[in-house]
Amino acid sequence: MIIKEIQNMTLCALKQGMKDKDFTSLEITEVLLSRINGLGATLNAFITVTAEQAIKEAKDADKLIATGKDKPLLGLPIAHKDLFCTDGVLTSCASKMLHNFIPPYDASVVKNLKASGAIMLGKTNMDEFAMGSSNETSYYGPVKNPWNLDLSPGGSSGGSATAVAACLVPAATGTDTGGSIRQPAALTGITGIKPTYGRVSRFGMIAFASSLDQGGVFTRSVEDAALLLGEMAGFDENDSTSVDVPVPDYLGGINQPVKGLKIGLVRQHFDAGLDDDNAIAVKEALDVLKDQGAVIIDIDLPNIELSVPTYYVVASAECSSNLSRYDGVRFGYRAENYKDLNEFYCKTRGEGFGAEVKRRIMTGTYVLSAGYYDAYYLKAQKVRQLISQDFKKAFEKVDLIAGPTTPSPAFSLGAKMDDPIEMYLNDIYTIGANLAGLPGMSIPCGFVNGLPVGLQLVGKHFGEESLLQCGHHYQQATDWHLQIPEQFK
Amino acid sequence: MSLNKEQIKYLAILSRMDIQDSEIKDVVDKLSRIVEFVDQLQAVSTEGTEPMAHPLEQGQRLRIDKVTEDNQREKIQLNANETNNGMYLVPKVID
Repeated sequence: MIIKEIQNMTLCALKQGMKDKDFTSLEITEVLLSRINGLGATLNAFITVTAEQAIKEAKDADKLIATGKDKPLLGLPIAHKDLFCTDGVLTSCASKMLHNFIPPYDASVVKNLKASGAIMLGKTNMDEFAMGSSNETSYYGPVKNPWNLDLSPGGSSGGSATAVAACLVPAATGTDTGGSIRQPAALTGITGIKPTYGRVSRFGMIAFASSLDQGGVFTRSVEDAALLLGEMAGFDENDSTSVDVPVPDYLGGINQPVKGLKIGLVRQHFDAGLDDDNAIAVKEALDVLKDQGAVIIDIDLPNIELSVPTYYVVASAECSSNLSRYDGVRFGYRAENYKDLNEFYCKTRGEGFGAEVKRRIMTGTYVLSAGYYDAYYLKAQKVRQLISQDFKKAFEKVDLIAGPTTPSPAFSLGAKMDDPIEMYLNDIYTIGANLAGLPGMSIPCGFVNGLPVGLQLVGKHFGEESLLQCGHHYQQATDWHLQIPEQFK
Repeated sequence: MSLNKEQIKYLAILSRMDIQDSEIKDVVDKLSRIVEFVDQLQAVSTEGTEPMAHPLEQGQRLRIDKVTEDNQREKIQLNANETNNGMYLVPKVID
């Protein structure tokens, strides 16, 4: 009976359970490890399971608990996206290029959560170098959606989302460059938050597009997201774009009422392209918030439809620069049989990167190359400014912006692999927040054909608190976030 | 604008990345579609708009230039394919 309860419990409930001596951290860890290796194995959510280390850490946590010690996450199990460097543990970024990379240090996010007492159960699968929206570009094979194993969980943090949705772990970290936390959270029916750019340190996070990348969390409740985000966020000297702004007590402030909160509904989000049933679910969610006292105001983001092409210029350009470090010399994959240094580089990179990563590197190289820089890269950075100004104007009228996270529920594995543009357009509602550096969160707001869909909330810079408060109130009035896929109950 | 096979081969050289003959048709096709897709930006009026380099319009933070870490050469070089005497080995560069 306890086993059944443990797997479905949130971080906050597990913490209380340990405090009440209902179970130990070791018991929690053992229950979840057996799920990961048993029922969960078919999902391919993990690249590495760190069972031995987790059990040791759980025993240590139990000893501390027994002596009356407390830390915010003491004894609580989590998983990390395989993009966060973990000292002594394989960090592959789901690429052949890093299939043998053992970092000599912990990412700041990993370090912060460890210092707060969290236990790592393993490293989760993802799209190669976080480039993808379906988790199909992984060198380790696609992740499956626990709501239907023929469907994609979304990406790029698909392994983290699936692991949380299938109750293999109560929470996991992720990263979001264009929607890689919010889109998979929506498609697997869980909560996912991408904070403000600079809120969470990027030190030790393997870079894809540095002006857009931001770490965040997946959980099964907004309350848990507040707890976890509070522990991982904060200024870090090791990240030159980390922002020195105090981290509020997200969890402590979560009950602030939403009465009078002004929520903007983006007219452009309800144009063609949005699935009808998805639109209904989002509008019903806003009715719930209206009943709680929020005020819904129509707003415009006139340039938002340009966010996808802008993103694919900016992100590809940054990716082509960032990924130039993979040369086969200091770490990672190295080709065999070469006659000189140039061939050594070309073979190593040609064999080490997958098709999608190569396409993005070449797109980036193209838009940065002589004769094209002004027309593509500089132009995109100007359009990015326009998109960002649209958000600024909107936030003069509203506190939050709400809308759908994705155009439709989860799609079949393989369905969009032949058409890069169709795949990219899956992130149409999420990319704007990355371009403008704004915090965004997806929470489950209903089901379409038995599949979960998400409500996206976007806040002002460093406005995570109002996202969490609004999401928490919504979850007090609804039970979408409590639904668990039949096969994984 | 669509790209041709020669342009793709040149981009592969600039990117120091082998593209196999079996891959090239797919790369030409998909990259052309991506470039055509991003071409829609050309029609946007951006006159008088400053390019945006940082989401929070922050400048570069500086710090005092002092040693903050111990030397971990051996641990770091565990990831290298070939080292000798603390140095990374690459194919011969100068005859």
